[in-house]
Amino acid sequence: METLLNLTIYLPLLGLLGVLLVRNNDNLIRWVSLFTTLATFALSVPLLLNFDVAGSASVQFLTEGRHFVPGLDIQYITGLDGLSLLLFMLTTFFAPIVILSAWNSVHKHTAGFYAMLLLLQTGSLGVFAAMDAVLFYVFFELSLIPMYFLIGIWGGEGRIPATVKFFLYTLVGSLIMLVALIYVGYDAGMKVNEGVFISDLRVWTGPEYLIGLEQQTYLFLAFALSFCIKVPLFPFHTWLPFAHTEAPTAGSVVLAAIMLKMGTYGLIRFCLPMFPNASEAFAPMMAVLAVIGIIYGALVAMVQKDVKKLVAYSSVSHLGFVVLGIFALNTTAVQGAVIQNINHGLSTGALFLLVGMIYDRRHTRLISDFGGLSSVMPKFAVMFMLATFASIGLPGLNGFVGEFLILMGSYNSVALNSGWYAILATSGVILAAVYMLWMFQRVMFGQVTNDENKDLEDLNPREFGLLVPVMIFIIWIGVYPKLFTGYSERHVHTMLEQSKIKGDVIAKSADASDMPKWAASLYDITDDLALK
Amino acid sequence: MDLTTEMSLFLPAILTTIGGLAAMMMAAYKTDIRHVWTVSTGTVLLALVISIRDLLGAEGLLFSGMVGYGGTAAFGTMVVLLGTFFTLLLSKSYLEKIHHHVAEVYSLILLGTTGMIVLASSMDLVATFVGLETMSVCLYVLAGLVKEEKRSIEAALKYFLLGAFSTGFFLYGIALLYGATQSTSLDVIGAATDKGLIYWGGVAFLLIGFFFKISAVPFHMWTPDVYQGSPTTITGYMATAAKTSAFVSLILILSRALQSSVGEWSTVFEIVAILTMVFGNLIALVQHNVKRMLAYSSIAHAGYALVGLTAGTVAGYDGVLFYLFAYTLMNIGAFAVIAHYETTKGSEVSNLEHFAGLGFKKPALAVMLTIFLFSLAGIPPFAGFAGKYQVFAAAIEQGYVMLALIGVLTSAAAAFYYLRVMVYMYFRQPEFDIEPETPTNLYLGSIVVLALLTLYFGVNPGLIVNLF
Repeated sequence: METLLNLTIYLPLLGLLGVLLVRNNDNLIRWVSLFTTLATFALSVPLLLNFDVAGSASVQFLTEGRHFVPGLDIQYITGLDGLSLLLFMLTTFFAPIVILSAWNSVHKHTAGFYAMLLLLQTGSLGVFAAMDAVLFYVFFELSLIPMYFLIGIWGGEGRIPATVKFFLYTLVGSLIMLVALIYVGYDAGMKVNEGVFISDLRVWTGPEYLIGLEQQTYLFLAFALSFCIKVPLFPFHTWLPFAHTEAPTAGSVVLAAIMLKMGTYGLIRFCLPMFPNASEAFAPMMAVLAVIGIIYGALVAMVQKDVKKLVAYSSVSHLGFVVLGIFALNTTAVQGAVIQNINHGLSTGALFLLVGMIYDRRHTRLISDFGGLSSVMPKFAVMFMLATFASIGLPGLNGFVGEFLILMGSYNSVALNSGWYAILATSGVILAAVYMLWMFQRVMFGQVTNDENKDLEDLNPREFGLLVPVMIFIIWIGVYPKLFTGYSERHVHTMLEQSKIKGDVIAKSADASDMPKWAASLYDITDDLALK
Repeated sequence: MDLTTEMSLFLPAILTTIGGLAAMMMAAYKTDIRHVWTVSTGTVLLALVISIRDLLGAEGLLFSGMVGYGGTAAFGTMVVLLGTFFTLLLSKSYLEKIHHHVAEVYSLILLGTTGMIVLASSMDLVATFVGLETMSVCLYVLAGLVKEEKRSIEAALKYFLLGAFSTGFFLYGIALLYGATQSTSLDVIGAATDKGLIYWGGVAFLLIGFFFKISAVPFHMWTPDVYQGSPTTITGYMATAAKTSAFVSLILILSRALQSSVGEWSTVFEIVAILTMVFGNLIALVQHNVKRMLAYSSIAHAGYALVGLTAGTVAGYDGVLFYLFAYTLMNIGAFAVIAHYETTKGSEVSNLEHFAGLGFKKPALAVMLTIFLFSLAGIPPFAGFAGKYQVFAAAIEQGYVMLALIGVLTSAAAAFYYLRVMVYMYFRQPEFDIEPETPTNLYLGSIVVLALLTLYFGVNPGLIVNLF
């Protein structure tokens, strides 16, 4: 099984070589890429089927490779656990859909386009499967390169500033994380690995490795900054609307469905178990930012004239929910965040696909250019409606499950200690209904005012076919969420419980007299001597 | 040890000397230039193979402790020869195109390499000085190779004057250290306990001399003009092989002669490293000419290497050695691609806009340049990342977290100017009607090998790290 996992990660690279071999034949390139991604998906399905749900707290399909650098415990470790399994599957699931979506819309430098998509696939799969921090970092950065080119070469008018902004923003965050990562490696080495640098994530997040409160603060901020830029959390979101709007459809889909998830995944994977006290102390701050993001994203989305930009801002809003769920720090909310990650990938991915399809036909995305499309393109309208409702969080569709769990969990959250976060966040759900339905109404209903829209062709079988699987999951998760939440439930529960214990141990052993005043007040450590 | 054994352990330098002299004689007898090239390249290849053999062997001192073999010295020798080898491979068609394909070039390169090998393996300050001067004199002449062009003459003269100036500092430092310790041997200096003003004065002058050679800020002024004015493949040679040998010599001095006072000098290195990283990168940001930008970026890279030296530990020195190796691969590669573009009619000056649209005109070359640039920017999975990782890790281990933070932030700024080249290559429409020639198989092959090595040692740095 572990061989299968590694094969799944690297198969796209093989496909990339294949694409380069047939680089002059556009048709062959498409088929090679499609075949590769389908094969990757097929390989990943047995992983899902063989996954031991009861043991989702521990890493499965484990490969423990050799050491990269002698003298340092940097190893090639890959595996999946309850947290990463579904994201891994989402990545393999979306790849063939993305390839199909670009079938007729990419005409220049086709080989390069598909090569970049395949490279991105390996990068993303690696991020979710890496169980060593340095390896994680390598994949995390590797996935930037193809996206940089996807936006830069095949993007819209303003693609150059958009892609440079995207790249540099993310790079700054991850470089700061790199410093923190090296620091933790040596610190963990000193405390639990006989002085040898170690970056094994199981050791880092394990119960034996404890980090002092003062260090936790800096390290948490460094890691959180990097992931919040990636998510993106308000106020680090400014790169996202540009990148999304300028990216080609395939790029937007991968960006929304897969790459943004690396941020929220990182928060759960690194921040919660490694820095339990800091996570708790900073939870209200993160929740405030998340709630601002939810409302701000929704308000800005409401006034957008461009459909794609509207969907991009709705991402800012939706991912605010995920961050809110993570920092509510209880099983319900974190569980909601994990599933909402998947949901957002599906529904926003579908929306970007649909926007791309209409753009292919009309070469405009302005809401005012459309109107009455439902009478011209009925199939399109149905798909669009489903995706819209999923995005709003209509009960019975996937979006509802995640948002409900997050809101419920954060309302009762001990860490946040106030129901107001959930109450304010709920307004985001209402606003989402406003901007999405209003957009839907202006694009789909009414008379066909623009003559150019009269003869638009409805979805062709390819387009219809690639949307159907996404819609199946949107409905499936909506009506039977237990199947999906079940994969991560055990993991989330165990992780939170262990972090709680770890946090208590650290807090107990902390002494107010040997830490600065701000740290003592941040973590509520009272000076024992003074009490006596 | 008898003389034959000693000579056999110092074979790479002896080979390059003989090769250099042979090239000179062949030039005097007007032999066909192709034969001169074949002989020089063959000699360097042989020396390279032997240096790899030495690298796997034992360590020790030769010629009454003047130079060392094995270990750090052998690694420095290997990197220098690797750089020289690729420079020779690439120079052939480049120099032909700029009509300066003369036999003396090879003679100078080989003799300069001899100097670098001596420098990189010297265990005595006298040997260090001899190596440094042999190398520098050859480089002064090489910089002025294109004597019809003002820039080239300017480069040679500037290099010569400032180089001579720094040599003065260097010699003065040696003299003071000799006065303080009665020796020029690194090990004897390292054992000195009486460290007075004269001793510290000597150390200071010696380090200033080195800072000149590795172009650390504020002693970097000569670098951009010299790098821009010299023939491009020669620039690659100067930026990699010459810098590597100076750094390796510096490592030998720090680890053998000054290790006991690491607490005193590491602060100096920290400040110089910060200045070098910040200024090198900031000035590179506003450069319009790609060659000049790479010159400034090479200053910045010296700053990253200095971060590893600041740590003052074995891990730090090893990190720097790996960094130099990675830097040699990617920088020679980057200069080689630029050299090829420069020989195209219409883009002789290699400004950014001349790169517009080149990504799709010559995809293979552009992909290679992309790999080198990403590697220079320190993005995984390329060798440049593995190098940066190791020097920063060494610094963080010693508690220099702020230094590492400044380092990574400046490298984010650096990413901007490396990306800009790609922006022009891939994202913009061509502004000029430039049609680059197809490179010769040898030329393209060398670049591809460099790119593959850059990728290979990024994914698998352990192979090299094992050798230290």
